[in-house]
Amino acid sequence: MQSSSPAFKDNARAALADQTLQKALKNVKSGFIGKRAKARERLPEFDDLRDAARDIKNHTLANLDFYLERYEEKVQASGGQVHWAATAEEARAEILKICRDVDAKVVTKGKSMISEEIALNQHLEGAGLEVVETDLGEYIIQLRKEVPSHIIAPAVHLTKDQIEADFRHHHDKLPAERPLSEPVQLVAEARQMLRQRYLDADVGITGANFLVAETGTSIIVTNEGNGDLTQTLPKVHIVIASLEKVVPNLEDATTILRVLARSATGQEFSAYTTFSTGPRRPEDPDGPEQYHVILLDNGRSQMLGSEFQDMLRCIRCGACMNHCPVYHSVGGHAYGWVYPGPMGAVLTPSLIGVDEAGHLPNASTFCGRCEAVCPMRIPLPRMMRHWREREFERHLSPKAVRFGLAAWAFFARRPQLYHRLMGVKMRLLAAFGRNQGRFNALPFAGGWTKHRDFPAPEGKTFQQLWAERQRGGPAS
Amino acid sequence: MSTSRQHILGALRRSLQRDQPSAEERKQLEARLADPQAGLVPARGQRPHAEQLDLMEEMLRELAATVVRLDDADQVPQAVADYLKGENLPPQVRLAPRGDLRALPWSDQPLLEVTEGPAREPDTTAVTGAFAGIAETGTLMMASGPEAPITLNFLPENHIVVLRGSQVVGAYEEAWAELRQRFGQGAMPRAVNMITGPSRTGDIEQTIQLGAHGPRRLHVLLIDDAQSSGASPNSVNGGGVNGDGSDGPQA
Repeated sequence: MQSSSPAFKDNARAALADQTLQKALKNVKSGFIGKRAKARERLPEFDDLRDAARDIKNHTLANLDFYLERYEEKVQASGGQVHWAATAEEARAEILKICRDVDAKVVTKGKSMISEEIALNQHLEGAGLEVVETDLGEYIIQLRKEVPSHIIAPAVHLTKDQIEADFRHHHDKLPAERPLSEPVQLVAEARQMLRQRYLDADVGITGANFLVAETGTSIIVTNEGNGDLTQTLPKVHIVIASLEKVVPNLEDATTILRVLARSATGQEFSAYTTFSTGPRRPEDPDGPEQYHVILLDNGRSQMLGSEFQDMLRCIRCGACMNHCPVYHSVGGHAYGWVYPGPMGAVLTPSLIGVDEAGHLPNASTFCGRCEAVCPMRIPLPRMMRHWREREFERHLSPKAVRFGLAAWAFFARRPQLYHRLMGVKMRLLAAFGRNQGRFNALPFAGGWTKHRDFPAPEGKTFQQLWAERQRGGPAS
Repeated sequence: MSTSRQHILGALRRSLQRDQPSAEERKQLEARLADPQAGLVPARGQRPHAEQLDLMEEMLRELAATVVRLDDADQVPQAVADYLKGENLPPQVRLAPRGDLRALPWSDQPLLEVTEGPAREPDTTAVTGAFAGIAETGTLMMASGPEAPITLNFLPENHIVVLRGSQVVGAYEEAWAELRQRFGQGAMPRAVNMITGPSRTGDIEQTIQLGAHGPRRLHVLLIDDAQSSGASPNSVNGGGVNGDGSDGPQA
């Protein structure tokens, strides 16, 4: 997918001014946070399970080559095929080849972020195939020719009025005067529109939440049931998964599943957790005749062993963005590529380069809520800091930032000078700001005061107050 | 693609700063794969069996599924007919081609049309048998095969599941143990479907709607069969019905 990450600042500005988007984004804050908190409260072992889940993934990553080879053997033993793809391009070519081999015309898809990452739909459509997204949120954004704005709720940036307008526009064979203002009516209409498409499809494509080395199984976690219809009704089932999805045993997958839904939607367990192994057996009455797994690297092997390895533990629950004040303010599209929010701020520079995505790790207040809620205990703020360091080393930071930091470093290395200067500055600011208690304009700080007032200091520096307190002076 | 395979495995090994795992490491990894160990199992999933049945029912109801408890499997056809009537649904069911379900007294319900096989459009109601019930989260485990078509779980709008009390376990790990017993170590059927409530979506303004693409209604016929107090590995603890470890979070 083409990124607009370099335009993050403009994207964010536009998002903040978009009243409809701001209305839709309220649903993120009001929905996800409370539900996750409640689910966590109900399971006393929740935080211990997070530790166990982290340890399982760390063990797997330390032996990733071994587990992938064993996984491949088991897929083959159950009659499936594994296709290794080093790049997005290889993955797209392999998928198109599988479709062509069965002379496919219609392809249905369950929700898959990897498919967004490799821009699969455009590729298949360009080759003349009809691609139908079946997850409700994905279906809506496909009609709108948009990309997901959230990794588990692709259409969270839209209001129901917008969706109603889209359905009326695209479903133009249905009676114009039908009632369609309530979510229940919209869901029923999408169900009706997609039903025949499942049956028409020649190939069904899904992602995978996990791959199991013990059994050669791929797992999808869904709520709508669209993924299961997608992968059961057509002749061919293709799974697209990135390398780090593998875990050793069913028990390992189970431990992580116990924290996944609770962290994502606050459900105890998602409605459908499906374990697929190979194609239908000769005696089976239904299921696909072919089962293919595309194993995608696309930069992951380079993250392994680097300071970004912890990011490979991510299970794509979305908790980090659900709790992120920056995501709450600007939504997912502002981030400009597939993965938004804190996990995107770390992953995107790894996958498309820090030159392209350098703004993203800077779009954080380092409040730490993302790390506090991450079920896999990924140190997201620390890794965003790593990216900022790399950006600085590579001279990609703006001139003003570099100059400011250099000036600060000059004084920080000369404490006497620093204290004297700060003492004068605080007294001045206190004197000038006494009446208002705040500044709405300051020399050299326009970047700050343009968006919010700068509070006037009381007149003493932290160091001075500290010294007074140590002496038992007035500050105590 | 075999060159990509070598390329990727090579890149992974360079990143891990080693070639293959050592013989000793490999032995340990093989052992871990061959002998799966349960991780941390929440106390909620370790209650005595009698309590698991109640927990299963409680969790199902919370998920917006409906539950009827029966004393005997022979009551199933009557319960199915009653349910369809109560919900104002057509008196037709698509039945999983499973011996024990087929043997039920369906002929006592002359108004009920029963056909067998995988689901087709426009079947309205499926009747299937579960492989296991997992009380921890009210989850039904379905294992596909000639007697259990996958489409029955997803295509019709209404899904009625027959679950015997003896099939209810506390935690997922116990269900895996039973699955391995049935299909063999390291082997799986084409699909194992864990079903936790009816189909749902929150994709429109985060308001939960049922029946997105899968069944709108999930109805469980839970049979309190006689063996149910002895069949589960769960009940084989000294605490019995006194309820040790029942400090789960449910009110």
